Amino acid sequence: MDINDFRTLSTVLVFLTFMGVAWWAYGPSRKHYFDEAAQLPFQDDDAEPANTQHKKGEQA
Amino acid sequence: MTSNQLSQPVYNYKVVHQFALATVFWGIIGMAVGVLIAAQLAWPVLNFDTAWLSYGRLRPLHTNGVIFAFGGSALMACSLFIVQRTCGARLISDRLASFVFWGWQTIIVLAVITLPMGMTTSKEYAELEWPISILIAVVWVAYAILFFGTIMKRQQKHIYVANWFFAAFIIAVAILHIVNNLAVPVTLTKSYSIYAGTVDAMVQWWWGHNAVGFFLTAGFLGIMYYFVPKQAGRPIYSYRLSVVHFWALIAIYVWAGPHHLHYSALPDWTQNLGMAMSLILLAPSWGGMINGIMTLSGAWDKLRTDPILKFLVVSLSFYGMSTFEGPMLSIKSVNALSHMTDWTVGHVHAGALGWVAMISIGATYHLIPLLYGRKPGEMFSIKLIDLHFWLATIGTVLYIVSMWVNGLMQGLMWRAVNNDGTLTYSFVETVIASYPGYVVRFIGGGIFLSGMLIMAWNIWKTWQITREELASGKITQQEALA
Repeated sequence: MDINDFRTLSTVLVFLTFMGVAWWAYGPSRKHYFDEAAQLPFQDDDAEPANTQHKKGEQA
Repeated sequence: MTSNQLSQPVYNYKVVHQFALATVFWGIIGMAVGVLIAAQLAWPVLNFDTAWLSYGRLRPLHTNGVIFAFGGSALMACSLFIVQRTCGARLISDRLASFVFWGWQTIIVLAVITLPMGMTTSKEYAELEWPISILIAVVWVAYAILFFGTIMKRQQKHIYVANWFFAAFIIAVAILHIVNNLAVPVTLTKSYSIYAGTVDAMVQWWWGHNAVGFFLTAGFLGIMYYFVPKQAGRPIYSYRLSVVHFWALIAIYVWAGPHHLHYSALPDWTQNLGMAMSLILLAPSWGGMINGIMTLSGAWDKLRTDPILKFLVVSLSFYGMSTFEGPMLSIKSVNALSHMTDWTVGHVHAGALGWVAMISIGATYHLIPLLYGRKPGEMFSIKLIDLHFWLATIGTVLYIVSMWVNGLMQGLMWRAVNNDGTLTYSFVETVIASYPGYVVRFIGGGIFLSGMLIMAWNIWKTWQITREELASGKITQQEALA
């Protein structure tokens, strides 16, 4: 076992990690979770100031 | 819309407003210095035989001004806005927020003073001397505490992908900055790096390329992941792709630095590693670009009427273009032609003007009216935004094309040899041949800068009409205006 084995091993590990991330992201059971996460920028749209009341600054 | 609506806390918009205005202000200053030094390359007489006006001293002022003052302010404005909105939480401390803003501005002012005086570490993009470097580290840690503290008190289980990109950007820049700036001070204004020779060069470009990778890419992708969906009015094309390309991007970027040191004393295997990693980087980079652009699928018609969306989408196109060009330039045989030529300068500005500046401008146009209690993007004049968009696009294209032409020409002239093995051209002949390109570059930069001035005027008018509406009681007082 010399240093080149470790180099090979690290390449394999990085590959497996990548496959793991891809599997985790695309796993069907997490579809709903990610769909919900994608909505996060829109969740406080009521806070969008057409009405400006809610943002009255306390330091105003 | 999902059921778990966020309760609506009072956000700290004051610091967002401060950084947004600083973005425009430093954008104008930094780009104006850029236009001046572009003019100096065409007409050297413009350095007026004055040391502090010379190209060598103003060039780092330009790079620091546009990257850290303009880009940094845009990143801080957007990250502190987005983290509050997507976490449903106010920043943990108003005082800390003020400290981050005024600390960052102090650093920029110190740069504006020391760089023209000739005080420099001579490390590219890390020129500021050790007392300022320490101040940067302190302010950056404060910024990190502010950002992560707010994430920790979020109402949402999930941390939105934009915040992941900001988190990677904040952590990586802290590590890179501290490691690269380790130095032995000899006086208050002079220090020497603890690294020497090839190691110094490698550490420097590990920093330099990751300033591109984490400051100018990951951070601005964070901006993209919030403002493109917001402005398009639809969620990101694929949230799952964003997860995969995030981890791939941050895992690969840190390895790409050696491509700045091709054919140098750096060991060959390190150069090859840097080249291979740079080529692989195309995949996660384009993952981000495709994800952003495809968000518009089904809403392409909005591009016809919405100049803010045009800024955001064209910035993604330039991002895609420069992240294709980058891996190509990292190939050793291509690099043998392009290295030290204006091609590199053109490549950097495809990213800097086309991607970083355009997405910041688009985000700022979305942000400013919102901070004034108006609808997002409801600026004084939409037509002027459209004019700005075309000035920015034309300016960028003129800049890039002139530098491509210059770069290829310089590379080919430098390597041309006669039958007897002597060089065909002397160096000065390539400088003379570059003159037309330098003039076109100056014009392109000037056009881009003029767009920024129009932006400043548009913001000023938006502020004015908001004040009038406040006076007439049409809207109520906003915190940002306090």
